[in-house]
Amino acid sequence: MRLTLKVWRQKNRNTPGEFRTYHTEHASPDMSFLEMLDVVNQELILKGEEPIAFDHDCREGICGMCSLMINGIAHGPKQAVTTCQLHMRSFKDGDTITVEPWRAGAFPIIKDLVTDRSSFDRIIQAGGYISASTGSAPDGNTIPVAKVDADKAMDAAACIGCGACVAACPNGSAMLFTAAKAAHLSFLPQGQTERYQRAINMVTQHDEEGFGNCTNIGECAVVCPKEISLDTIARLNRDLVVAALKGLAPSTGVSEAKAG
Amino acid sequence: MTGVLTLYRTSVGKKVIMALSGFVLVGFVLFHMYGNLKMYQGPEAFNTYAAGLREIGYPIFGHAHLLWVARLGLIAAVVLHIWAATSLTIQSRKSTTANAVSGIRRYGEQKRQTSYAAYTMRYGGLLILLFIIYHLLHLTFGVVGYDAGQYQHPENGEYFVYNNVVYGFQNPLIVGFYLITMIFLGLHLFHGVWSMFQTLGLNNANYTGLLRGLAILIATVVVLGNLSFPIAVFVGLVGPAV
Amino acid sequence: MSSNQNETGTRTGVRTVEFVKALDSRAPGGPIEQRWDKHRFEMKLVNPANRRRYSVIVVGSGLAGSAAAATLGEQGYNVKCFCYQDSPRRAHSIAAQGGINAAKNYRNDGDSIFRLFYDTVKGGDFRARESNVYRLAQVSLNIIDQCVAQGVPFAREYGGYLDNRSFGGAQVSRTFYARGQTGQQLLLGAYQALCRQIAAGTVQMYPRTEMLDLVVIDGRARGIITRDMVTGKVERHVADAVVLATGGYGNVFYLSTNAKGCNTTAIWRAHRRGAFFGNPCFTQIHPTCIPVTGDHQSKLTLMSESLRNDGRIWVPKRPGDTRDPRQIPESERDYYLEERYPAFGNLVPRDVASRNAKQVCDEGRGVGPGGLGVYLDFADAIKRLGRQKIAERYGNLFDMYAQITGENPYETPMRIYPAIHYTMGGLWVDYNLMSTIPGLFVAGEANFSDHGANRLGASALMQGLADGYFVLPYTIANFLAGVKPGGLSTDTPEFAEAEAEVTSRVQRLLSINGHRTVDSFHRELGKIMWDECGMARNDAGLRRALKRIPELREEFWQNVKVPGESGDLNQELEKAGRVADFLELGELMCVDALHRTESCGGHFREESQTEDGEAKRDDEHFAYVAAWEFTGDPGRAELHKEPLVFEYVKPTQRSYK
Repeated sequence: MRLTLKVWRQKNRNTPGEFRTYHTEHASPDMSFLEMLDVVNQELILKGEEPIAFDHDCREGICGMCSLMINGIAHGPKQAVTTCQLHMRSFKDGDTITVEPWRAGAFPIIKDLVTDRSSFDRIIQAGGYISASTGSAPDGNTIPVAKVDADKAMDAAACIGCGACVAACPNGSAMLFTAAKAAHLSFLPQGQTERYQRAINMVTQHDEEGFGNCTNIGECAVVCPKEISLDTIARLNRDLVVAALKGLAPSTGVSEAKAG
Repeated sequence: MTGVLTLYRTSVGKKVIMALSGFVLVGFVLFHMYGNLKMYQGPEAFNTYAAGLREIGYPIFGHAHLLWVARLGLIAAVVLHIWAATSLTIQSRKSTTANAVSGIRRYGEQKRQTSYAAYTMRYGGLLILLFIIYHLLHLTFGVVGYDAGQYQHPENGEYFVYNNVVYGFQNPLIVGFYLITMIFLGLHLFHGVWSMFQTLGLNNANYTGLLRGLAILIATVVVLGNLSFPIAVFVGLVGPAV
Repeated sequence: MSSNQNETGTRTGVRTVEFVKALDSRAPGGPIEQRWDKHRFEMKLVNPANRRRYSVIVVGSGLAGSAAAATLGEQGYNVKCFCYQDSPRRAHSIAAQGGINAAKNYRNDGDSIFRLFYDTVKGGDFRARESNVYRLAQVSLNIIDQCVAQGVPFAREYGGYLDNRSFGGAQVSRTFYARGQTGQQLLLGAYQALCRQIAAGTVQMYPRTEMLDLVVIDGRARGIITRDMVTGKVERHVADAVVLATGGYGNVFYLSTNAKGCNTTAIWRAHRRGAFFGNPCFTQIHPTCIPVTGDHQSKLTLMSESLRNDGRIWVPKRPGDTRDPRQIPESERDYYLEERYPAFGNLVPRDVASRNAKQVCDEGRGVGPGGLGVYLDFADAIKRLGRQKIAERYGNLFDMYAQITGENPYETPMRIYPAIHYTMGGLWVDYNLMSTIPGLFVAGEANFSDHGANRLGASALMQGLADGYFVLPYTIANFLAGVKPGGLSTDTPEFAEAEAEVTSRVQRLLSINGHRTVDSFHRELGKIMWDECGMARNDAGLRRALKRIPELREEFWQNVKVPGESGDLNQELEKAGRVADFLELGELMCVDALHRTESCGGHFREESQTEDGEAKRDDEHFAYVAAWEFTGDPGRAELHKEPLVFEYVKPTQRSYK
């Protein structure tokens, strides 16, 4: 396969980036998109140029590290797959492919196609957990969980935190990510105690990180490689309304977790 | 009070404010369209309806008291709706303009995978705001869009809205503006009505089809009804009362 | 602790630790079911008010690392946690699919702690330490409870109780699972616990940070040297104890089911500083992976073993038969597993299935590109059960296969080939999970582990969490109670020297500017390892590898090309450092494989097999853990033996005929 790639190159956070064009003749339809980039990189290195930096790790669609905007679509043209599972047979010989990083205020570009997604971690740190210290748990079967609830929790928990939802969102909002985590925990009986406080804390952190707000457009759910549903967002919204009615305010909510 | 602050402070809270104020405005738009249908019953029915609006709640409430309550409520809803929208838009802009390729164009190629309506809420909303201002100046205050002496202000509790509407829709540019705005109002309602349920957390996979249907119904009814008035006047189906 | 050392070890220049020749496992005696309880009681404690004065470094944020960091944070220690990924949530534990074992006996089908212990020791082909394995089986119960409390969405029955399944040929249903993403869900549970502690300020997280050396002062692990992968800054971190939970080293084979970033650097650097490496040659190969499609292949993808329940494995009888599999008549197909192992058929254990696949491919009968693959055919199952039923059972796996290969497994047979999946070897640790360097603890896949020479399915997750949640927090406390907290700055000569070594190594890699890419060296090393130290090993092959690897390493340091600079994100530089360490580890693996002339578990020496071609152990000569001491040259590592005593499970010969 012959391909022309228009790739975003940016030296580091403080240097402006630009598109650069590369050609390769050594792509094969059996390669994954990332393997195709590997090939391009090997050629670049031998030519004495710096290879294209891009995030990747497990290459089996679960770690959430890979994160490419391909022809304007997060994770490329195939639905429900990550970039690492996208294969070149989804493209045609002679195609021109535009490759860009996620672009959002809360995802500063580190280099080329690599962005800093630590804002996601901070949203979880704000409350995306159940406070259950090691050793404090009762027998696993003490609390029955209806199968339907366990399944819904699992649907939401499938989120890999890749950030495609933010990248695709015309508002640059991380509401699908935030809501998926909140919904995972709020579907389970174990997650009820902190449910409403969690909603407020996570949404507050989401805003502080500089993400946009959700206007229910739904691009996120379309590009989500794990097909997380917009329902999770409705659920988070409702939890926030309940929290407001209960008169809860954002809290760090962690002081009691400090031991010693 | 803390709860209100929570709504005020968080993005989701602002959305809830948008949804609630939007709910009020959707109710108004529906009622407005329904009331205007009286135009087809002739001048007397229509003019009496206009006068009657002032007498709602009479004699428990004084003349136009409830109408003013409603007006204040609507103004508040409009203000809140616009405030929340502006505030949220600014928030989103910060996120989307960072790392953008040029200006607000984030990606070399932008592909739209979901509905056009969802993308045009802000532009449609702005257009609707401009329209409301014009609409008030036009049919309520009679200061634009009429030849001199064409607009009749109410006198002694008598209203001449019928003729005002008929004379107001003689200019094709004005009619065109009304028609275009109504299309955008339709799109705004199509996304907004469904979105309202989503934002208030009343939506899920089981209901979403139903709620989309409801949104289409409301949008269609309002748009068709509203489109019919200027068209009916312009093509001469509804003529001036003598 | 220091009382357990004497002065008989040798000094090597890089190392300041002295060792005894006979390794002391410090496993307590007495009845096996009481050992852990007794030991827990005998271990010293740290007063809750004093804990924040002690600092602990945890490297790695997978199941073992996250669980340990979170738990130590909860207890009030001052924890620093490091990972090379951009978030602790992405560690490769996340990719485990099948499930996690626990001896809950919720199914009332005869499971018990003793049975799980027994199965693990036997499954490991009698090369694991009984005391450790028993403790693992004991705490497996607590793990499930802990994970449920954290909100791990385990599969449930309609009554709301936890569901179980049988896994990897186990006779009982003891595997808990969350769809095909158990590893992900368990890791997210641990990650969330970790996040809670980060917010609480007890754990400081350093993502995109790579540990490049261990600092040993006065015979104790006192800190690490790291490189910030974004800014390139080399930093010193001091602590009272260091935990390495950095996973396995399967990527020494280049192609494996590990994530691209998985590496041996942390444990290898610790090994060079004096930590013994236990059983480095014990690697596990998984039979059902998607085969390689060409030279561009960057990693291998595993498919659940459950596919072998309904699929039939075959190759053409005639070598070089390239017909469409559907055109090959039954009479010209060789269902070799069913033929050779009538009782178990396609369900023989992982290593047996893998070796047989290699054998038929070596005969030239492999299928697909490069002839490295065998068919896994569902045609009969679809005929018998209907396409619907097969889709229910394996739908997601079939989809994944179709996605990667572009072939429809409902229509044409799948192609599979074995791939490196897990490494049972790792740094040697005692019962307290402490390495031969006092204060250096090793957890999860990174230690030489409780799995002996072969790991059972769904046991890796169990071991990682057992170490992190329920073992380390006790044993580290015991260690810390014996030392004075803090009292050390990073301004010591040892830190300065280690930092200087790291910096000069980075500079050296960048300055070679040769003609071969890092990947080309890694690929070549991987090929040597796979050919000579892979599924089947023999004396001649291992000697070839031992000759070739040092040459390749030499060439690497002369001819590698690492572009860019150290002050920015530089992924080639990261890879180069890792491959440099793999080039040393690979040699040690071959040394270990060569010395162990018996076959056991995943280690199959062609010279040591039964008449049926099964792995033949040599308990008389090899019932020990081989712990290698670094002497300056991986090819001349010094062997230390920890004898293995089996008091509860009597060694027997496996047979699947």
